[in-house]
Amino acid sequence: MIPDLGKYAVEVMGAYGMSFLALVLVCFVYIRRSRSVKRALIAAEAGKGA
Amino acid sequence: MNSTSTTKRLWDAFWQLANPKVFMGWSGRWLPWLVGLTVLFLASGLIWGFFFTPDDMRQGSTVKIIYLHVPAALIAINGYLLMFVGSLVWLIRRQHVSVLAAKAAAPVGMTMTLIALGTGAIWGQPMWGTYWVWDPRLTSFLILFLFYAGYIALWAAIDDDDTAADLTSILALVGLVFALLSRYAVLFWNQGLHQGTTVTFVDGAKQENISNVFFKPLLLSMVGFGLLFLTLLLIGTRSELRARRLKVLEARERMQ
Repeated sequence: MIPDLGKYAVEVMGAYGMSFLALVLVCFVYIRRSRSVKRALIAAEAGKGA
Repeated sequence: MNSTSTTKRLWDAFWQLANPKVFMGWSGRWLPWLVGLTVLFLASGLIWGFFFTPDDMRQGSTVKIIYLHVPAALIAINGYLLMFVGSLVWLIRRQHVSVLAAKAAAPVGMTMTLIALGTGAIWGQPMWGTYWVWDPRLTSFLILFLFYAGYIALWAAIDDDDTAADLTSILALVGLVFALLSRYAVLFWNQGLHQGTTVTFVDGAKQENISNVFFKPLLLSMVGFGLLFLTLLLIGTRSELRARRLKVLEARERMQ
Protein backbone atom coordinates (compact mmCIF):
# COMPACT_ATOMS: atom_id res chain seq x y z
CA MET A 1 0.00 0.00 0.00
CA ILE A 2 2.68 2.50 1.04
CA PRO A 3 4.97 3.32 -1.90
CA ASP A 4 8.63 2.35 -1.74
CA LEU A 5 10.32 5.45 -0.34
CA GLY A 6 13.81 3.97 -0.57
CA LYS A 7 16.56 5.39 1.62
CA TYR A 8 14.53 8.54 2.43
CA ALA A 9 11.60 6.71 4.03
CA VAL A 10 12.32 8.11 7.52
CA GLU A 11 12.50 11.70 6.25
CA VAL A 12 9.31 11.49 4.16
CA MET A 13 7.29 9.68 6.82
CA GLY A 14 8.65 12.06 9.47
CA ALA A 15 7.56 15.11 7.44
CA TYR A 16 4.07 13.69 6.87
CA GLY A 17 3.72 12.54 10.48
CA MET A 18 4.76 15.89 11.90
CA SER A 19 2.49 17.82 9.54
CA PHE A 20 -0.58 15.65 10.16
CA LEU A 21 -0.05 15.92 13.89
CA ALA A 22 0.12 19.72 13.69
CA LEU A 23 -2.93 19.95 11.41
CA VAL A 24 -5.05 17.59 13.53
CA LEU A 25 -4.04 19.46 16.69
CA VAL A 26 -4.94 22.91 15.31
CA CYS A 27 -8.30 21.61 13.98
CA PHE A 28 -9.03 20.00 17.36
CA VAL A 29 -8.24 23.21 19.26
CA TYR A 30 -10.47 25.35 16.99
CA ILE A 31 -13.41 22.92 17.08
CA ARG A 32 -13.18 22.41 20.85
CA ARG A 33 -13.11 26.16 21.52
CA SER A 34 -15.97 26.71 19.09
CA ARG A 35 -18.13 24.14 20.90
CA SER A 36 -17.31 25.34 24.41
CA VAL A 37 -17.93 29.04 23.60
CA LYS A 38 -21.19 28.22 21.80
CA ARG A 39 -22.38 26.12 24.75
CA ALA A 40 -21.48 28.84 27.27
CA LEU A 41 -23.23 31.54 25.19
CA ILE A 42 -26.40 29.48 24.85
CA ALA A 43 -26.41 28.92 28.63
CA ALA A 44 -25.82 32.63 29.31
CA GLU A 45 -28.59 33.71 26.92
CA ALA A 46 -30.98 31.17 28.43
CA GLY A 47 -30.14 32.55 31.88
CA LYS A 48 -30.78 36.10 30.68
CA GLY A 49 -34.16 35.13 29.26
CA ALA A 50 -35.24 33.30 32.43
CA MET B 1 -25.07 45.26 -15.75
CA ASN B 2 -21.64 46.83 -16.15
CA SER B 3 -18.53 45.70 -14.30
CA THR B 4 -18.31 48.89 -12.21
CA SER B 5 -21.71 48.33 -10.61
CA THR B 6 -20.91 44.62 -10.03
CA THR B 7 -17.65 45.60 -8.32
CA LYS B 8 -19.49 48.18 -6.24
CA ARG B 9 -22.12 45.62 -5.19
CA LEU B 10 -19.41 43.09 -4.22
CA TRP B 11 -17.55 45.80 -2.33
CA ASP B 12 -20.71 46.79 -0.45
CA ALA B 13 -21.49 43.12 0.30
CA PHE B 14 -17.95 42.70 1.65
CA TRP B 15 -18.34 45.63 4.04
CA GLN B 16 -21.67 44.27 5.24
CA LEU B 17 -19.69 41.35 6.71
CA ALA B 18 -18.34 43.84 9.25
CA ASN B 19 -21.77 43.52 10.91
CA PRO B 20 -21.40 40.54 13.32
CA LYS B 21 -24.98 39.35 12.68
CA VAL B 22 -24.47 39.36 8.90
CA PHE B 23 -21.09 37.64 9.31
CA MET B 24 -22.53 34.90 11.54
CA GLY B 25 -25.35 34.20 9.08
CA TRP B 26 -23.10 34.24 6.03
CA SER B 27 -20.33 32.11 7.59
CA GLY B 28 -22.87 29.64 9.01
CA ARG B 29 -24.26 29.04 5.53
CA TRP B 30 -20.81 28.59 3.91
CA LEU B 31 -19.05 26.51 6.58
CA PRO B 32 -20.49 23.06 5.72
CA TRP B 33 -19.56 23.57 2.05
CA LEU B 34 -16.09 24.74 2.99
CA VAL B 35 -15.51 21.73 5.24
CA GLY B 36 -16.55 19.35 2.42
CA LEU B 37 -14.38 21.10 -0.17
CA THR B 38 -11.41 21.19 2.22
CA VAL B 39 -11.57 17.43 2.82
CA LEU B 40 -12.00 16.78 -0.92
CA PHE B 41 -9.08 18.93 -2.11
CA LEU B 42 -6.71 18.14 0.75
CA ALA B 43 -7.28 14.38 0.56
CA SER B 44 -7.06 14.22 -3.24
CA GLY B 45 -3.93 16.39 -3.40
CA LEU B 46 -2.06 14.56 -0.64
CA ILE B 47 -3.14 11.03 -1.67
CA TRP B 48 -2.27 11.71 -5.34
CA GLY B 49 1.03 13.28 -4.36
CA PHE B 50 2.09 10.67 -1.85
CA PHE B 51 0.90 7.47 -3.55
CA PHE B 52 0.75 8.16 -7.27
CA THR B 53 3.68 10.38 -8.22
CA PRO B 54 7.14 9.12 -9.17
CA ASP B 55 10.38 9.86 -7.35
CA ASP B 56 12.44 12.78 -8.59
CA MET B 57 15.63 11.96 -10.50
CA ARG B 58 17.85 13.90 -8.07
CA GLN B 59 15.80 14.20 -4.89
CA GLY B 60 14.39 10.67 -4.81
CA SER B 61 11.26 10.19 -2.70
CA THR B 62 11.92 13.38 -0.68
CA VAL B 63 10.13 15.25 -3.47
CA LYS B 64 6.87 14.04 -1.85
CA ILE B 65 7.51 16.54 0.96
CA ILE B 66 6.69 19.29 -1.55
CA TYR B 67 2.92 18.61 -1.15
CA LEU B 68 3.16 19.75 2.48
CA HIS B 69 6.03 22.21 2.44
CA VAL B 70 4.98 24.54 -0.39
CA PRO B 71 1.24 24.83 0.53
CA ALA B 72 2.11 25.39 4.20
CA ALA B 73 4.60 28.12 3.29
CA LEU B 74 2.06 29.72 0.94
CA ILE B 75 -0.59 29.87 3.66
CA ALA B 76 1.91 31.02 6.30
CA ILE B 77 2.70 34.10 4.20
CA ASN B 78 -0.82 34.82 2.93
CA GLY B 79 -2.30 34.20 6.38
CA TYR B 80 -0.08 36.97 7.66
CA LEU B 81 -1.20 39.24 4.81
CA LEU B 82 -4.80 38.61 5.88
CA MET B 83 -3.85 39.45 9.48
CA PHE B 84 -2.29 42.65 8.18
CA VAL B 85 -5.44 43.65 6.27
CA GLY B 86 -7.70 42.80 9.25
CA SER B 87 -5.50 44.84 11.57
CA LEU B 88 -5.36 47.79 9.18
CA VAL B 89 -9.15 47.81 8.82
CA TRP B 90 -9.45 47.79 12.62
CA LEU B 91 -7.05 50.71 13.03
CA ILE B 92 -8.80 52.78 10.36
CA ARG B 93 -12.47 51.83 10.67
CA ARG B 94 -12.67 50.25 14.17
CA GLN B 95 -14.60 47.21 12.96
CA HIS B 96 -14.49 44.34 15.42
CA VAL B 97 -15.05 41.52 12.93
CA SER B 98 -11.88 42.44 11.02
CA VAL B 99 -9.58 42.38 14.05
CA LEU B 100 -11.21 39.21 15.42
CA ALA B 101 -10.63 37.58 12.03
CA ALA B 102 -6.97 38.61 12.31
CA LYS B 103 -6.86 37.11 15.82
CA ALA B 104 -8.45 33.87 14.57
CA ALA B 105 -5.98 33.65 11.67
CA ALA B 106 -2.88 33.79 13.87
CA PRO B 107 -2.80 30.23 15.34
CA VAL B 108 -3.46 28.67 11.92
CA GLY B 109 -0.79 30.86 10.35
CA MET B 110 1.67 29.94 13.09
CA THR B 111 0.94 26.22 12.61
CA MET B 112 1.51 26.56 8.85
CA THR B 113 4.81 28.39 9.48
CA LEU B 114 5.84 25.60 11.84
CA ILE B 115 4.96 22.95 9.23
CA ALA B 116 6.90 24.85 6.55
CA LEU B 117 9.95 25.18 8.83
CA GLY B 118 9.74 21.57 10.08
CA THR B 119 9.25 19.92 6.69
CA GLY B 120 11.89 22.23 5.23
CA ALA B 121 14.41 21.13 7.86
CA ILE B 122 13.59 17.45 7.33
CA TRP B 123 13.90 17.92 3.55
CA GLY B 124 17.06 20.00 3.88
CA GLN B 125 19.03 17.38 5.78
CA PRO B 126 19.35 14.82 2.95
CA MET B 127 19.49 17.45 0.17
CA TRP B 128 21.77 20.14 1.69
CA GLY B 129 23.44 18.03 4.36
CA THR B 130 22.04 20.18 7.18
CA TYR B 131 18.70 20.80 8.92
CA TRP B 132 19.24 24.54 9.12
CA VAL B 133 21.27 27.33 7.56
CA TRP B 134 20.93 31.06 8.16
CA ASP B 135 19.70 31.47 4.62
CA PRO B 136 17.65 34.68 3.94
CA ARG B 137 14.40 32.82 3.26
CA LEU B 138 14.74 30.43 6.20
CA THR B 139 15.71 33.23 8.56
CA SER B 140 12.83 35.49 7.49
CA PHE B 141 10.47 32.54 7.95
CA LEU B 142 11.78 31.96 11.47
CA ILE B 143 11.20 35.65 12.25
CA LEU B 144 7.70 35.35 10.77
CA PHE B 145 7.04 32.45 13.17
CA LEU B 146 8.23 34.61 16.09
CA PHE B 147 5.90 37.43 14.98
CA TYR B 148 2.97 35.02 14.93
CA ALA B 149 3.92 33.77 18.41
CA GLY B 150 4.38 37.34 19.69
CA TYR B 151 1.01 38.39 18.24
CA ILE B 152 -0.80 35.50 19.99
CA ALA B 153 1.06 36.15 23.26
CA LEU B 154 0.19 39.87 23.16
CA TRP B 155 -3.54 39.11 22.74
CA ALA B 156 -3.34 36.76 25.72
CA ALA B 157 -1.40 39.23 27.87
CA ILE B 158 -3.81 42.20 27.71
CA ASP B 159 -7.19 42.09 29.47
CA ASP B 160 -8.88 45.02 27.75
CA ASP B 161 -10.00 43.78 24.30
CA ASP B 162 -9.78 47.11 22.47
CA THR B 163 -6.30 47.89 23.83
CA ALA B 164 -5.19 44.38 22.87
CA ALA B 165 -6.65 44.88 19.39
CA ASP B 166 -4.78 48.20 18.98
CA LEU B 167 -1.40 46.87 20.11
CA THR B 168 -1.59 43.56 18.24
CA SER B 169 -2.64 45.44 15.09
CA ILE B 170 0.46 47.62 15.29
CA LEU B 171 2.58 44.49 15.78
CA ALA B 172 0.92 42.89 12.74
CA LEU B 173 1.74 45.94 10.62
CA VAL B 174 5.41 45.84 11.65
CA GLY B 175 5.66 42.09 10.96
CA LEU B 176 4.45 42.51 7.38
CA VAL B 177 8.04 43.29 6.38
CA PHE B 178 9.06 39.73 7.28
CA ALA B 179 6.04 38.17 5.56
CA LEU B 180 7.06 39.98 2.37
CA LEU B 181 10.72 39.09 2.89
CA SER B 182 9.75 35.41 3.30
CA ARG B 183 7.98 35.61 -0.06
CA TYR B 184 10.46 37.66 -2.06
CA ALA B 185 13.85 37.06 -0.38
CA VAL B 186 14.83 34.44 -2.97
CA LEU B 187 14.28 36.92 -5.79
CA PHE B 188 16.80 39.50 -4.68
CA TRP B 189 19.03 37.61 -2.22
CA ASN B 190 20.81 34.97 -4.19
CA GLN B 191 23.39 33.83 -1.64
CA GLY B 192 21.09 31.34 0.12
CA LEU B 193 20.76 27.57 -0.28
CA HIS B 194 16.99 27.70 -0.78
CA GLN B 195 15.84 27.25 -4.37
CA GLY B 196 13.80 29.85 -6.26
CA THR B 197 10.01 30.02 -6.30
CA THR B 198 8.47 26.59 -7.03
CA VAL B 199 5.36 27.81 -8.84
CA THR B 200 5.34 31.01 -10.87
CA PHE B 201 2.81 32.34 -13.35
CA VAL B 202 3.57 34.84 -16.10
CA ASP B 203 0.56 36.24 -18.00
CA GLY B 204 -1.60 33.50 -16.49
CA ALA B 205 0.67 30.68 -17.74
CA LYS B 206 2.65 28.38 -15.43
CA GLN B 207 6.42 28.63 -15.85
CA GLU B 208 8.41 25.42 -16.23
CA ASN B 209 9.95 25.39 -12.72
CA ILE B 210 8.21 22.12 -11.93
CA SER B 211 7.03 19.17 -14.04
CA ASN B 212 3.28 18.67 -14.51
CA VAL B 213 3.57 15.23 -12.84
CA PHE B 214 4.29 17.03 -9.56
CA PHE B 215 2.45 20.28 -10.30
CA LYS B 216 -1.13 18.95 -10.58
CA PRO B 217 -1.29 17.25 -7.14
CA LEU B 218 0.64 20.20 -5.71
CA LEU B 219 -2.02 22.57 -7.02
CA LEU B 220 -4.79 20.46 -5.41
CA SER B 221 -2.87 20.41 -2.14
CA MET B 222 -2.36 24.19 -2.26
CA VAL B 223 -6.09 24.73 -2.79
CA GLY B 224 -6.79 22.25 0.03
CA PHE B 225 -4.49 24.06 2.46
CA GLY B 226 -6.09 27.38 1.44
CA LEU B 227 -9.57 26.02 2.08
CA LEU B 228 -8.47 24.58 5.43
CA PHE B 229 -7.16 27.98 6.41
CA LEU B 230 -10.43 29.63 5.36
CA THR B 231 -12.51 27.03 7.23
CA LEU B 232 -10.54 27.45 10.46
CA LEU B 233 -10.59 31.22 10.00
CA LEU B 234 -14.40 31.23 9.87
CA ILE B 235 -14.71 28.82 12.82
CA GLY B 236 -12.22 30.89 14.83
CA THR B 237 -13.83 34.25 14.00
CA ARG B 238 -17.28 32.90 14.92
CA SER B 239 -15.86 31.70 18.26
CA GLU B 240 -14.26 35.09 18.92
CA LEU B 241 -17.53 36.91 18.17
CA ARG B 242 -19.45 34.58 20.48
CA ALA B 243 -16.80 34.94 23.20
CA ARG B 244 -17.11 38.73 22.96
CA ARG B 245 -20.92 38.54 23.20
CA LEU B 246 -20.52 36.23 26.20
CA LYS B 247 -18.23 38.75 27.90
CA VAL B 248 -20.82 41.50 27.39
CA LEU B 249 -23.60 39.34 28.87
CA GLU B 250 -21.45 38.40 31.86
CA ALA B 251 -20.52 42.05 32.44
CA ARG B 252 -24.22 43.07 32.32
CA GLU B 253 -25.10 40.31 34.77
CA ARG B 254 -22.43 41.49 37.22
CA MET B 255 -23.77 45.06 37.06
CA GLN B 256 -27.34 44.02 37.87
